[in-house]
Amino acid sequence: MGIEKIIFYVFAALSVYGALMVITVRNPVKAALYLVFTFFASAGVWILLEAEFLAIVLVLVYVGAVMVLFLFVVMMLDINLAQLRAGFVRYLPVGVAVAVAFAVMLIMLVGGDWFGGFAPPPPSPAEVSNTRELGRLLYTVYVYPFEIAAVILLVAIVAAIALTLRRRSGVKYQTPGQQIAVRRQDRIRMIDMPSEERK
Amino acid sequence: MMDWFVELWQAVPLGVQTVVIILLQIIAIVLPLMLCVAYLTYAERKVIGAMQIRMGPNRVGFFGHRLWGLGQPIADAVKLMFKEIVIPAGANRGLFLLAPVLSIGPALAAWAVVPFDAHLVLADIDAGLLYVLAVTSIGVYGVIIAGWASNSKYALLGAMRSGAQIVSYEIAMGFALVGVLMAGGSLNLGSIVRAQEGGVLHWFWIPLLPLFVIYFVSAVAETNRAPFDVAEGESEIVAGFHVEYSGMAFAVFFLAEYANMILVSGLTAIMFLGGWLSPLQGLLPESAFGVPVIGALLGDGIHWFIIKTAFFLFLFLWFRATFPRYRYDQIMRLGWKIFIPITIVWLLVVGVMILAGLPPWFDGA
Repeated sequence: MGIEKIIFYVFAALSVYGALMVITVRNPVKAALYLVFTFFASAGVWILLEAEFLAIVLVLVYVGAVMVLFLFVVMMLDINLAQLRAGFVRYLPVGVAVAVAFAVMLIMLVGGDWFGGFAPPPPSPAEVSNTRELGRLLYTVYVYPFEIAAVILLVAIVAAIALTLRRRSGVKYQTPGQQIAVRRQDRIRMIDMPSEERK
Repeated sequence: MMDWFVELWQAVPLGVQTVVIILLQIIAIVLPLMLCVAYLTYAERKVIGAMQIRMGPNRVGFFGHRLWGLGQPIADAVKLMFKEIVIPAGANRGLFLLAPVLSIGPALAAWAVVPFDAHLVLADIDAGLLYVLAVTSIGVYGVIIAGWASNSKYALLGAMRSGAQIVSYEIAMGFALVGVLMAGGSLNLGSIVRAQEGGVLHWFWIPLLPLFVIYFVSAVAETNRAPFDVAEGESEIVAGFHVEYSGMAFAVFFLAEYANMILVSGLTAIMFLGGWLSPLQGLLPESAFGVPVIGALLGDGIHWFIIKTAFFLFLFLWFRATFPRYRYDQIMRLGWKIFIPITIVWLLVVGVMILAGLPPWFDGA
């Protein structure tokens, strides 16, 4: 067994362990942290696939930004575990159905003709830059799908902000421009008056 | 004796040899780094002391000599090591102890891709810049987990502030880095330095001046240093996220903060001031670099990298002694409404400069 296989099995086992802990651990903050751990382990697997750009972006975007915001929300919420568990039996059939359907789809996909037993592609030479190749494909061959996906994301951002935007009356705002523009004569009035006599 | 070592070494399997060599290289980077961290705290106290017309630490020396207080960091380290680590009653024990580790891990891991000079780099990977960005973005977990696991109001408030601040400034920082990678035409830090060859005027700080300023200010915000240190905010939330920490657990946070300072200073030097390149290049005749000892000092080398990094570290200390703390909403305003728009506009400007092949920076490619 080569060193690559050992590394693969280590990272694969870690990501499976992390994923299992995400759904079994009781504390929601810990669940979120295990999800971070899972992302990390899968980034390791991706690096082994010579997809170092994707692996680093996975860490950068999901671990560094998305999960931080998740963690924020989870920490702020006071989640009632008893309430969460109340519907467990009632929803069990639906859950099992979804799980079975998902498993069947995965088996068809991974075990089928596409991922069957053909040899791995030869490793690309060291000087091929993963990032450069991805960039070239995204901005030439797939430029329209790429741009359209970006615009869809932008729409989602604008919509999310527009949904939460509300004007409240009676809130005091500071306008830094006005603050900076203040001059001495706006605030201070010099008065010329005779000093008082001590009695 | 020597032969015995060589024989022993050759008996070791090749895979283990590689691991041992890499471990030794890591130690060769981390040990000097930790020493730098220790003496950065000393420098900070001395520099700020001088700026406030005080002496700074001047008692603890070596072997009965005071030596301007040079023994102070060592004494501090020993003190912190022997202090008890108090774990608060309601704290989440595992996460409470994990947080400092998550804080210092990324601060050290990012050094793997930093090129000290033309050949001295642990991992010369292709996507070095992205790696740095990804690894430093993990550091926020240490702060957030520390705040949550302490089970303390002040700690949680500090963690929230710091988390929001770090996430916000990471965007401006990322955009500034996009400008650098456009100008350098590579994600590899070594190639970025090599793209700046040719003297002070060829470094990227001139064509990328707004990005340079924004990057460094964002770096100050990322490291939670004054004037952006609302995460600690001694006067309002005591010490923020690490208020419940004591002893070595606290010291690890401290180490992480200073290691991060050195890291971002080094990165700024690499990306905008030409890393290990000599500023005298192009000013002196080529023959000057051929002179025995002096030529090596004048030419490119790790010493220029260290000098440039030290300059930015001095700026960190200078800021702390000079500026009053920003208010929280002003920090957010600066990051989102000022820095991000400026960086986006300047990316367009950089694109135009590259298309126009503006000499002396962009006429090579």
